[in-house]
Amino acid sequence: MALVEARQLVKTYRTEEVEVTAIRNVSFTIEAKSFVSFVGPSGSGKSTLLNMIGCLDPPTSGSLLVAGRDIQGLDRRGAARFRGETIGFIFQDFNLLPVLTVYENIEYPLLMVRETPAGERRQRVLALIEAVGMNEQRDKYPDQLSGGQKQRVAVARALVANPKLVLADEPTANLDHQTAFRVIELMKKMRDEFATTFIFSTHDPKVVGEAEIVHTLEDGRLKNSAPHTPGGPRHD
Amino acid sequence: MTNLLKIALRNLLRYRRRTLLTASLITLGVVFVLVFVAVTGSFKAMMIAQNTDAMLGHLQIHRKGYVAAIDNLPLNLNLKAGAIDRLDKILAEQPEIAAWSPRIKFGAMFSNFVETTNIRLNGVEPERELATVPLLAERVLEGSKTLARGELWLPELLAKGMKVKVGDPVVVVATNQDGSVNGKQLLVGGILESATGPGGRDGYLHLEDAAEILRLQGQEVSEVAIRLHDFRRLAAVSETLAGRLAKELNQQEKPLFELHTWEKLSPFFNIARMIDVMTFFIKLMLIAIVLVSIMNVMIMAVYERIREIGTMAAIGTLPGKILALFMIEGFSLGVLGAAAGGILGVLLIGGLNLAEISYDFGRQRFILEAAIDFRELAVISVIVIIGAVVASLQPAFKAARLDPIKALRHV
Repeated sequence: MALVEARQLVKTYRTEEVEVTAIRNVSFTIEAKSFVSFVGPSGSGKSTLLNMIGCLDPPTSGSLLVAGRDIQGLDRRGAARFRGETIGFIFQDFNLLPVLTVYENIEYPLLMVRETPAGERRQRVLALIEAVGMNEQRDKYPDQLSGGQKQRVAVARALVANPKLVLADEPTANLDHQTAFRVIELMKKMRDEFATTFIFSTHDPKVVGEAEIVHTLEDGRLKNSAPHTPGGPRHD
Repeated sequence: MTNLLKIALRNLLRYRRRTLLTASLITLGVVFVLVFVAVTGSFKAMMIAQNTDAMLGHLQIHRKGYVAAIDNLPLNLNLKAGAIDRLDKILAEQPEIAAWSPRIKFGAMFSNFVETTNIRLNGVEPERELATVPLLAERVLEGSKTLARGELWLPELLAKGMKVKVGDPVVVVATNQDGSVNGKQLLVGGILESATGPGGRDGYLHLEDAAEILRLQGQEVSEVAIRLHDFRRLAAVSETLAGRLAKELNQQEKPLFELHTWEKLSPFFNIARMIDVMTFFIKLMLIAIVLVSIMNVMIMAVYERIREIGTMAAIGTLPGKILALFMIEGFSLGVLGAAAGGILGVLLIGGLNLAEISYDFGRQRFILEAAIDFRELAVISVIVIIGAVVASLQPAFKAARLDPIKALRHV
């Protein structure tokens, strides 16, 4: 069974004067353990689509199953619980909590969302810190880290609760090319290591080359969905 | 909860200056209220003590109708021997009563053989009177602190005006209830400090001397003053005793006695109440300070951390936990302000006492003995903390209800 299954998804935003359709009749499926990218120019609907898959924004119409669950039936609390159990997030601006150290930021989902027992929590956090190569910085606060280091921490935080799916909205937009590729490499490594599905959005054609499946969006429509040979157009 | 507390405290430390300013404002408010309560409480306690322990007693019993005519000191409304015996029996049965003292009150002429003036006199049994109003002895400025037969304690102003000293002979002349006049020569046994309050400028003589001057045929008293073991039980004892006395009827089957607490007999009770009202409003001001300052700081905290709230919500933090996080921040600010204010307030009150500040109450001079009891300190701290939690509610709800999408987009 597909991990994400979207059928005729539509998302419309209404303001006082105008109605904007951000996603128009989009259908796709994403298999488990895949490394998928949504690409397209700014305003093409990538973030909106990721927000819908992440249960942050309900579709206006159509059906969307994530990990076998129809996310349209979830209320606010149910959606939060579902996100905590099933989905990890990586943000463009890293979004680490500034008052927590690297260790504590990674621990946060286990502590505040999952309420995992202390021993298991520590084991899991240390494993992730090791996996993303942040062992030496574990007691540092986010303002003491570089952009790449912050995004490594964000990757570890997204993975620490062992989610089925990690959503990354423009994860490399605030990073230089070298760092961006390292983060994408890390995400792929984590996918291999933890058997997690990664879906990320980008409008950077150089980063797109690292995805295995690329969905291209334009004006809210899915223009093209194609398998991709990773390592394509790369510019160091 | 520990983790939420840790994050909340770190967030407070993150905005150190703002936290310090808000906590300082609350601390100042708490210090102000504590000092106000301690100083006014000291004044109130002194005022009540002067009224109850030096003059009135905690309670007084009269014959029904006496208090309505108390300014005339009516001798025809005295309690007679039978009633006094019944009353003694009732009072002896009350375990909460420490002492009681019968008094004959009357108006008289007082002469130093050269000049004559008016005086209000209390005929008392000295030992029982001093057991009932123990501060009376402290008002004796000159002369003996025990009142013997044939002696008179004169109020200071009258003694000065009439130029009499301790040991001088004087004459007291009074009209009895039959209209006949009688006099008796007495010695000035002591000079009493004039006190502010009812009876504060009365003279005292022995009950038997008073009976002799008024030519009383049998035992008679105008009032019985009562002292309780525990003044805080005044209302309860008063209620019990009033119920018991109501059963005592005269020959016309009407109530024989009337019971009054000091509150009904002294105009200073209204001042005491005014102090309570002022204290209440000062506490209201403190609540306003806490509400406004905490709400302001929490609204700012939510506004500045919208993206963080969005992140927490996006990664699955339940709205209840986000709400709790901000509530704990407000609560912690309240605790910090209350604790600092409590410590500083107690130190300041101690400093005021060390400074031995004096003040006048009528013609009497007192040293300020400001004190705050643990209960009052606890009440003020709880007010501050509850105020802080209430003030955090709206911002915390706002944070918990934020749409994660909008919050993440917030710049």
